Amino acid sequence: MKATGAREIIANATIALLLLAVPLAASAMGEPFYVTLATRITILALAAAGLNIALGLGGLVSFGHAAFFGLGGYAAGIMAAHAFNAEPFFLGLDSTTSMPVIWLVAIVTCGLVALPIGAISLRTSGVYFIMITLAFAQMIYYFANSWPAYGGQDGLPIFIRNTFPGVNTAQPLPFFLLCYAALLLALLMFWSLRNSRFGAALQAARQNSVRVSAVGIAPFNVRLVAFVISAMVTGLAGALFADLNRFVSPSMLSWHMSGELIVLIVLGGIGRLFGPVAGAMLFVLLEHFLGGVTERWQLFLGLILLGVVLFARGGLLGMIAGKARHG
Amino acid sequence: MSLALLIEQLLNGLQLGVMLFLMAAGLTLIFGVMGLINLAHGSLYMVGAFACAIVAAATGSFWIGLAASLVAAAAAGAIVEVTVIRRLYDRDHLDQVLATFALILVFSEGTRWVFGSFPLYLDIPPLLQGAVPLPGGGQYQLYRLAIIGVGIAVAIGLYLLISRTRLGMRIRAGESDREMIAALGVDIKTLYTVVFALGAALAGLAGALVGALQSVQVGMGEPVLILAFVVIVIGGIGSIKGALFGAILVGVVDTMGRVLLPQALSLMLPPSQAGLVGGALASMLIYIVMALILAFRPSGLFGAQS
Repeated sequence: MKATGAREIIANATIALLLLAVPLAASAMGEPFYVTLATRITILALAAAGLNIALGLGGLVSFGHAAFFGLGGYAAGIMAAHAFNAEPFFLGLDSTTSMPVIWLVAIVTCGLVALPIGAISLRTSGVYFIMITLAFAQMIYYFANSWPAYGGQDGLPIFIRNTFPGVNTAQPLPFFLLCYAALLLALLMFWSLRNSRFGAALQAARQNSVRVSAVGIAPFNVRLVAFVISAMVTGLAGALFADLNRFVSPSMLSWHMSGELIVLIVLGGIGRLFGPVAGAMLFVLLEHFLGGVTERWQLFLGLILLGVVLFARGGLLGMIAGKARHG
Repeated sequence: MSLALLIEQLLNGLQLGVMLFLMAAGLTLIFGVMGLINLAHGSLYMVGAFACAIVAAATGSFWIGLAASLVAAAAAGAIVEVTVIRRLYDRDHLDQVLATFALILVFSEGTRWVFGSFPLYLDIPPLLQGAVPLPGGGQYQLYRLAIIGVGIAVAIGLYLLISRTRLGMRIRAGESDREMIAALGVDIKTLYTVVFALGAALAGLAGALVGALQSVQVGMGEPVLILAFVVIVIGGIGSIKGALFGAILVGVVDTMGRVLLPQALSLMLPPSQAGLVGGALASMLIYIVMALILAFRPSGLFGAQS
């Protein structure tokens, strides 16, 4: 793995500072809308950063990560609903609106669900892997749609945003800072994972799994661990996304969401540390500004995406930092 | 449950399966020959349905509309192949997924732009209106029987095309060794365009046929697309026989599951809960079947074990 180029480091720092500075300034100028927009970018970036572990490092094209995004969201929504109605939650335990607990539940749930999904899906490869991850996500999507206890098709509102000790989460800026901290932590984890022995094995398995087996590492195990970690990070993002919108619905689980997460990564630059962040910025800003100009912004999004895939491989960061990654 | 209801639901499942086969056959052919995974296949289905609805409304004839749907979908397929898809054959599956995902956005928003968000309606042609009596009492829509007939005819036609004609021979040769067939002087680029247009025409036919049963609207292709993917994954990607088998399996299992599961569960659970659990389980059933099949046969039922 070659060292990250100077231009990419500068680009990364600029992106990180911009994402922090704009909402701070917007909040100071009394423009909470832009704080919310930045929060949306941050959370989508976090979700994509999770997928980037499986997709960018491991080369595992999961077309079903919306499942974990949605499960994280439902964890937040369901716990908030139980706490709101003062009903016991699970095994007679009281529910809570405390974010740290909710996040833990979301992360553990996603890990537990990702383990069997990964174990079955990783037996296949190529198109079959893409399709079986999609099938698992659809399974959960249809379940959420047809199970009426938590809103079914109509979704589940969260009446009051969940709480974090010492932070007023009802205000846009503190909530943004929480999300931003979570994103930085996730990126730190991605970075240390990429440079660890585990990361080396994972990337080697992407490049040549036969050689990895030959040196005594089982690619299946490495990939399964990466898949589960990836799902957990995306699940955390889902819990935050539900709290941002104060609403969770099956659309968080839909295959469009899975597609969007992949789109974010590829727009930004696949396998790059800040690829998901750059991609999420580009995506949300396109959605906001094109959406302001024309109702048909998805048409232009489609054309831009087509252009990136066909002509600008390496995404936004690839264009700034140059040199496509190897592998 | 009465025999008539059982037969009716079996026929419904068969009709769904046959429709899925029309979609899956094109998908699996395109994957088998060009190695391309085409998410935009559902958009071609939508193009067929819109073409049929518009031409049928303008001319007053469903049959002209049906012919228009074949032409429109094949033409749309050929244009997309020449402008975009052709550049994707040498790319990895991720690029193919993304580019064709982008095509869905373009097709859907473009169609909405031109035709608006309101659904169009397509009437069943007078010749096929009415119903046929079923054994054990009850009646069945003639039009749905006709769809089953079309599907069977297409399956036989495809079999003959691929096993008996020169084009079919080239398609089979393209599947096994594309460099060799190019070296032998076959224009592989044109062959790819023809195969893609053929798959698109089948999708357009399916869209037009189903358009008369449901409303014709933007996004109608997406649920069908995902089911068609389930079909080809179960059947083994690249295998037309697998697509036929998988399509019938998915159609029948999905339809019968929705009828039988709530009833079966009501033997064990109170009725209200049985409906709930049965309904939820039934909507997941084909995905469960697919996961089970892939867990034991990772490249599908008829897939090459490589």
